Amino acid sequence: MAEFLSYFRQDRLPHIWCPGCGHGTVTGALVRAIDRLGLDKNKVCIVSGIGCSSRAVGYLDFDTLHTAHGRALAFATGIKLARPDLKVIVMTGDGDCTAIGGNHFIHAARRNIGITTIVMNNEIYGMTSGQYSPMTPKGMFGTTAPYGTVERSFDLCELAKASGATFVGRATTYHVPLLIDLIEKALQNDGFSVVESVGQCPTYLGRKNKIGDAVPLLNWIKDKAVNVKAAAVMPKEQLEGKFLIGELHNQPAPEYSAEYGELIQRVQRTFENVKGGLWECASNSD
Amino acid sequence: MPKTVKLMQGSEACTAGALAAGLRFYAGYPITPSTEVAELCSEELPKIGGTFVQMEDEIGSIAAIIGASLTGKKAMTATSGPGFSLMQECIGYASLCEIPIVIINAQRMGPSTGMPTSPAQGDVMQARWGTHGDHAIIVLAPGNVRECFELTIRAFDLAEKYRVPVIVLTDEVISHMREKVELPDPRDVKPLRRAMPKAPAGYKPYAADPNGGVPLMAPFGSGYRWHCTGLFHEESGAPSGKAEVADALVRRLDAKITNNVDDICECAEESTKDCEVLVVAFGSSAMSALSAVRRARKEGIKAGLLRPKTLWPFPEKAFKAAAAKAKTIVVPEMNLGQLALEVERIAGCNSQVVRVGKVNGELFRPEEVYAAITGAK
Repeated sequence: MAEFLSYFRQDRLPHIWCPGCGHGTVTGALVRAIDRLGLDKNKVCIVSGIGCSSRAVGYLDFDTLHTAHGRALAFATGIKLARPDLKVIVMTGDGDCTAIGGNHFIHAARRNIGITTIVMNNEIYGMTSGQYSPMTPKGMFGTTAPYGTVERSFDLCELAKASGATFVGRATTYHVPLLIDLIEKALQNDGFSVVESVGQCPTYLGRKNKIGDAVPLLNWIKDKAVNVKAAAVMPKEQLEGKFLIGELHNQPAPEYSAEYGELIQRVQRTFENVKGGLWECASNSD
Repeated sequence: MPKTVKLMQGSEACTAGALAAGLRFYAGYPITPSTEVAELCSEELPKIGGTFVQMEDEIGSIAAIIGASLTGKKAMTATSGPGFSLMQECIGYASLCEIPIVIINAQRMGPSTGMPTSPAQGDVMQARWGTHGDHAIIVLAPGNVRECFELTIRAFDLAEKYRVPVIVLTDEVISHMREKVELPDPRDVKPLRRAMPKAPAGYKPYAADPNGGVPLMAPFGSGYRWHCTGLFHEESGAPSGKAEVADALVRRLDAKITNNVDDICECAEESTKDCEVLVVAFGSSAMSALSAVRRARKEGIKAGLLRPKTLWPFPEKAFKAAAAKAKTIVVPEMNLGQLALEVERIAGCNSQVVRVGKVNGELFRPEEVYAAITGAK
């Protein structure tokens, strides 16, 4: 345990999360995966948006950026393109990533930019006290769904895959060893990686839906999770209302900032001896 | 390398200025009438090892340049009305987190989609107050193509010096107009480099003189491991909800600008020493105003022109000096009176302020400004 504390800004603890919240579990899983890979703390940059989950970065001892709601991936895109040598990680929630930030998510995946995105999905807006999100299962209650939401929810991993992400996995805050493994693998993928972690919000989701506190809520999540390998041999009707966990997609492809780096080299070879245009104005290199 | 003389478009001059200032990262989204800047950056930046990215929207664009600036790169975006509106939240982010960025806003007719290919000056107040909360910001307004080059360089220097977002406010005409421009020898352009802290030990990212001091900014990825948040924060970067922390932060950000107006503000003036009618105009409206003032002078009317190159903070001192003898102040602008509000505020009861608004998507004709001068007299 003590060795993982070195990844935290200990003077910023304790954290703001409610008792029983799942976000600490995901944050712990991330530092364990980073530790396993022995990443250089000075070469890791962690970016988040707005929401309960996004407060995680403030406790972590790296270069950390707590941005605007939904925009973490766009800020992270700037960082990764400006410094392709950095390991860039985004920590985001279900509202942050799939509602207000949905478009950035799709396009970061499409570009296959080298960002590891950890989606801390508690199926609710926690920070604003319990409104339904695009990940709230149909029929469940929130403070803005007093009669139960009639909206359909995203399958975020399918969305990531369809948009071009090259590594996609899902775990839960119950299946912690799997979560650490998936984050470790995601960090090793050069391109855009997504790890969705379904976790508990006892304060809002659990209470509003009369599921109970953290333990019954974790069990409720566990009972809905089916490992992808087990699911392969299960009849379809048994998978009704369940979600898959495990490594769901792993198909490496050229990473965007590396591809742009190659473009730069190609252009520089072509224009080495060319003068004119705006080129002369650019001699103030840094 | 000698000076070069070129026929250049305003957008091209902005891009050349940005490159001369050390631009290494551009993110943008296509929008008329600013798109030429993006096109030129996509062509020029890779040649010098810089990066261009076309983002999925303007919010993503400004977010990406803030991210790039955090790594120490000089970063810029360009846009117009609708895109500028989308950027407002993150302009506030850059202002609060003190991240240097440059935004070129080529104004077009609005509100809404308006008339995308027509000039306007309706973003004077949006440029100053578009994001929520009191915030530090600098807005520059080039009046010709040459100034597009000069003021874009200046925008980068001011952004770095004061760690603020700087907006270069052009319009469709200034951005698309072509003029003969004499560019300086590139070696003579000495862009400001960002002040860096000396060592990570004991680094406090927001430690600064409370009276308008500018903290030292460590680039991400250089071993400082600091936290940057859009929440109000202490000197250590830690979020804070304390009243005294918020008060000190907002006041320091404001003082960065208000204590340094003499360093920041620039004007161009014509015949203001003894003027009885002072015309205050910027950007493309000032071209017509200049012609009208010269005509009035020829005809014996004591007219003068004050053209702020710094719109925000408004060059109050220069204005007061120019307006000292003026009974009337004429403010021609392509909106229904935005700069005039600031002029009226400062002029108080000392002079009569005549608003001359034009909102049909056309430039002022010199005779329109001339008529306002003679009508005022």
